[in-house]
Amino acid sequence: MNQKKIGGTKRKVQNVIAMAVLIVIFITYMFPFLMVLINSLKQKRDIIKSPFSWLFTIKGLSFDNFVNAFNQMDFLNAFKNSLIVTVSATVLVTILGTMLAYYIVRHNNKISKITFALMVASMIIPFQAIMIPLVSIYGGTLNILNHRITLIFMHTGFSMAMSVFMFHGFIKGNVPIALEEAAYIDGCTHIQTFFKIVFPLLKPTISTMVILNAMSFWNDFLLPSLVLTDKKLLTLPLSTYSFYGTYSADYGTIMAGLLLCVIPIMILYVALQKQIIGGVVAGAVK
Amino acid sequence: MKSKNKGKDFGIFALPGMFCFFAVVIIPFIYGVYLTFTDWDGVAEVKNFIGLANFQKVIEDHEFWTSMLLTFKYVILVVLLVNIIAFAIAYLLTRGFKGQNFFRAGFFTPNLIGGIVLGYIWQFVFSRVFVNIGESTGWSLFEASWLSDPNKAFAAMVLVSVWQLSGYMILIYVAGFMGLSEDVMEAASIDGASGWLKMRKIVLPLMMSSITICLFLTLSRAFMVYDVNLSLTAGGPYGTTEMAAMHVYEKAFTSRQFGAGQAEALILFIVVACISGLQVYLTKKQEVEA
Repeated sequence: MNQKKIGGTKRKVQNVIAMAVLIVIFITYMFPFLMVLINSLKQKRDIIKSPFSWLFTIKGLSFDNFVNAFNQMDFLNAFKNSLIVTVSATVLVTILGTMLAYYIVRHNNKISKITFALMVASMIIPFQAIMIPLVSIYGGTLNILNHRITLIFMHTGFSMAMSVFMFHGFIKGNVPIALEEAAYIDGCTHIQTFFKIVFPLLKPTISTMVILNAMSFWNDFLLPSLVLTDKKLLTLPLSTYSFYGTYSADYGTIMAGLLLCVIPIMILYVALQKQIIGGVVAGAVK
Repeated sequence: MKSKNKGKDFGIFALPGMFCFFAVVIIPFIYGVYLTFTDWDGVAEVKNFIGLANFQKVIEDHEFWTSMLLTFKYVILVVLLVNIIAFAIAYLLTRGFKGQNFFRAGFFTPNLIGGIVLGYIWQFVFSRVFVNIGESTGWSLFEASWLSDPNKAFAAMVLVSVWQLSGYMILIYVAGFMGLSEDVMEAASIDGASGWLKMRKIVLPLMMSSITICLFLTLSRAFMVYDVNLSLTAGGPYGTTEMAAMHVYEKAFTSRQFGAGQAEALILFIVVACISGLQVYLTKKQEVEA
């Protein structure tokens, strides 16, 4: 009896210590974000004097930095560009990826086998091993860089292998062929069968892949930087990069600009936290 | 999908997806191998076939090997630190606290934000916040910006990457810990295993599949680091923190040596593929079924 109680207390103490350690680590992790948040509302001289000072001790507290950053990095336009590219590429890779995966599962022919094997193998090729010939083909020979559609097409191509791999696994295990046969008997065409019967069944994997793909398209820097140079077409990471290059000494504006980039993602994260975390784990473990 | 019209099905279902994949991944990859045998500068109309001269150039390119060596150092540090820290935090997180989901979500935050923005946020922390701490406390560690000293700039790269990647790995390790069977844990405790013994003989072997995934992900990401490298240090001071991926970029697009740049990219790819393959093979062997 007595022993049990001691064990209980020991466990409790351990838990308290663990919790304390965790909180300290957590605050350390959040520290950079906190710094950006505080300093985005201050003026340059206050930032240089003390990046730590809290808001209420500062006279020059204002939202001027946000207004400046918003205008100087052409935020709305960059945001719109990022949105167009991310949404189009995500929709495209979802539709084309599920269709291709479906074809591969249901047609056990040579083309299916070779394509699938190539896709699995290609997943280990890093982007850097492809970027140089990519630029030389699309920039030199075809000369179609600097179009949004080219970037969307490339995003789609690069995410195809992983998407098909995930959809392939799901269709193989979870979509019974009997359902499709019933649909054919009822007079559905292949396309109808696919979009009315098969596609809705893929929902869990589709939501995983939409999250993973959209996140990587939204944040990608290297590929868009090679494809787009026209100022009007820049996505958010690209416009952040050029904005930083121009205003790097104007700390307040820079902090506000960085925060502007982070805010939309944070809003989405708070709303879809469960799905995002679930999607990332599912994507990694497969 | 038994078809009377096979060609049509292929054209509608398979062709568009295959076209994207082949046009963007397979064809450029093959073309890239061809590029390594030419002297193309990115502009010229003609590409002269020069055999293995590019590879000769790569062997003589000291900067490339310096950046490779630096990348190796960086990868080893990042992979070890990320996995130890993420494993430990995940272990703490799965003790049954209430706020588990909140913490987990918080730690993951850096992974939602692009490397460019993260690098700039930290650049501010290193060059202003830390320096300010140094000024007010007199600690020599923070006296000058870390980013202006080669060794400290390298340490900054490691620190930021560990900070960024560990949140991702925490998710996977937490999922692994949650999947550990209660029965096995209880049986181990009843048999008298506790603390380190339980960790070494029971938990670690059962967590091997999570460890395989996390090592693989950290390895490939750390080897290919570019965004954070560009925004945090831009390779500086004086090119001392230029990692391999950045060197490849510079070689091709700044020095306009596309053939040699591509040869370096391929060498980097082969090195990474071999190391990751070896790692997966070795850690998979350690995996056990509960």
